Amino acid sequence: MIDATHTIEARGLSMRVGSQTIVAPLDMTWQAGQVSAILGPNGAGKSSLLSMLSLERRADAGALSINSRPANGHQTGSYKSAELAKFRAVMPQASQVAFDFKVSEVVELGRYPHRLQPSADETLIAARAMDLTQVDQLAHRAFNTLSGGEKARVHLARCLAQIWEPMPSLGSRWLLLDEPTASLDLSHQQAVMQTVRRWALDQGVGVIAVLHDLNLALRFADQVVVLQAGRCVASGPTSKLAPALIAQVWGVDCRLTQRADGSPYLML
Amino acid sequence: MPNLQGFAWQPWHVWLIGSALLIASLLFAGSRGAYAISWGELLGAVGVSGGSEAGSASQLVFFNIRLPRLLLGVAAGAGLGIAGALMQGLFRNPLADPGLIGVSSGAALAAGITIVLAASFMPDLPRKLGSWTLVVMAFAGGLAVTSLIYALAQNSSAGVGTSMALMLLAGVAVNALAGAGLGFLSFLATDEQLRSLQFWLLGSLGGARWSAVILVSCTVLVSCIAALLLAKPLNALALGEAQASMLGVEVERLKRISIVITALAVGSVTATTGIIGFIGLVAPHAMRLMVGSDHRLVLPGSALLGATLVLLADAVARTIAKPAELPLGVLTAFVGVPFFLLLLRAQRSRIML
Repeated sequence: MIDATHTIEARGLSMRVGSQTIVAPLDMTWQAGQVSAILGPNGAGKSSLLSMLSLERRADAGALSINSRPANGHQTGSYKSAELAKFRAVMPQASQVAFDFKVSEVVELGRYPHRLQPSADETLIAARAMDLTQVDQLAHRAFNTLSGGEKARVHLARCLAQIWEPMPSLGSRWLLLDEPTASLDLSHQQAVMQTVRRWALDQGVGVIAVLHDLNLALRFADQVVVLQAGRCVASGPTSKLAPALIAQVWGVDCRLTQRADGSPYLML
Repeated sequence: MPNLQGFAWQPWHVWLIGSALLIASLLFAGSRGAYAISWGELLGAVGVSGGSEAGSASQLVFFNIRLPRLLLGVAAGAGLGIAGALMQGLFRNPLADPGLIGVSSGAALAAGITIVLAASFMPDLPRKLGSWTLVVMAFAGGLAVTSLIYALAQNSSAGVGTSMALMLLAGVAVNALAGAGLGFLSFLATDEQLRSLQFWLLGSLGGARWSAVILVSCTVLVSCIAALLLAKPLNALALGEAQASMLGVEVERLKRISIVITALAVGSVTATTGIIGFIGLVAPHAMRLMVGSDHRLVLPGSALLGATLVLLADAVARTIAKPAELPLGVLTAFVGVPFFLLLLRAQRSRIML
């Protein structure tokens, strides 16, 4: 039985630009406490879907509810952005920060939504978040002098700081990630995915990530949604990622094998 | 120059050092002028120490001429400085300037119209409003042009509200149009009108009367307090509009309030003093080079530094060719630019756009 206070639910959610369908009407339920991957080739509408879930862009049709409360449209009872910010963080794909803010200042911005009701550990949270994504050594560097991968980890630290503590009155916390591993080296890809997976399993945070690497999805996700040209062509557990589907969506031949530990692995 | 950014600056450091600088420049500027007043007389006049007789010449000069001028300088510098910091934060661009939203060019155009045309087409206006005509017209002109640019920047079709890119471009275009209007006015103007227009465009604190000073000071004070409350949302805005709204910042509201504050502060200052250039650009930029980008430091620092720079520039303007006065706009550039270039030199490896 699904408890609706721990889900993000899309009903007929869609987006168009002019006459072009970016995301066709989509029905989907995402569960907190899991890592869900949004997969698909370039231009399939992955980031557009994520931007509707984050309310960065307004859906053209359909309904979205977060933790059982309506989130889009102007229905009574829908969220204010300040309220959402207390339990939902969004990590951007790439983002420049204006001026030369220091890394620690950027991470501390994650605590902005909590400025009126600070945590008892308020002063420690940013530092702990930086530890988690291994950017504590960069704390005093200017953000704009960092490499792409370092910037991504700083943004992740900021997002973790934003939803550091449970907000029982508001329901589950959510972490929305747009290609979090795109600019990371191999070891940091693993580390970042492990961190968000731990947050999902241990803290019940809902993680929804746009990913490109199918093997990362196989290894770290519980659920996948596969988009092709704006349509959902498959959704469910990671076992849906079969060679036939991959050949159909990506046009790439592959073979499903096993790692030494028995976990599935796609040979491309 | 030591690496000032390595230091963990707190807002109270900025307030303390900035206030000390401001008081020092008040003392310096207070004693200088066509009628020199010694520091002893100065302190006596404000009642810190005895010694000066009531009604002495120094006291008369100080209270009727020097003090309103100093206060107008503080208000003008603080208003321009904090508005510059606000605009740079809002446009997320260190090259932004309060003039971008049209408030200065609108005020200048309206002042030009008043100086050149009002006498022939609206002969009643000066009589009705007295010496306030130019001030009221310039203030209204600044607000009108800012409203026009704000309206041009609305992009509700895409659901984004005010587009800062549209605002920037519309601002450049409308400013150019206002410049052309001023050019046309100076073509129409008589030699005498041209001279007063030119002086207005270069700025001066010479028109400091107590009534105007009190009005401008109140407007600037309210603007400064309102601006300081925007420090944290402006920090979040540095991440971009989308990310700021993901953090719960009401971005549209932030834009609207920032523009209203800037229009009121810069509009009222410019209407009374004419165009004082460069302070709005240099004060926030200098603060960022010294203390970093946190708006909780940059906003108050820009107000205090702006006030200090205007006071020093005006003190020089009053004394360097006395009894004549140099236009203040010339001096703010002469004082501001070398200071700014020095900072750029010292921090050259950190500069990027």
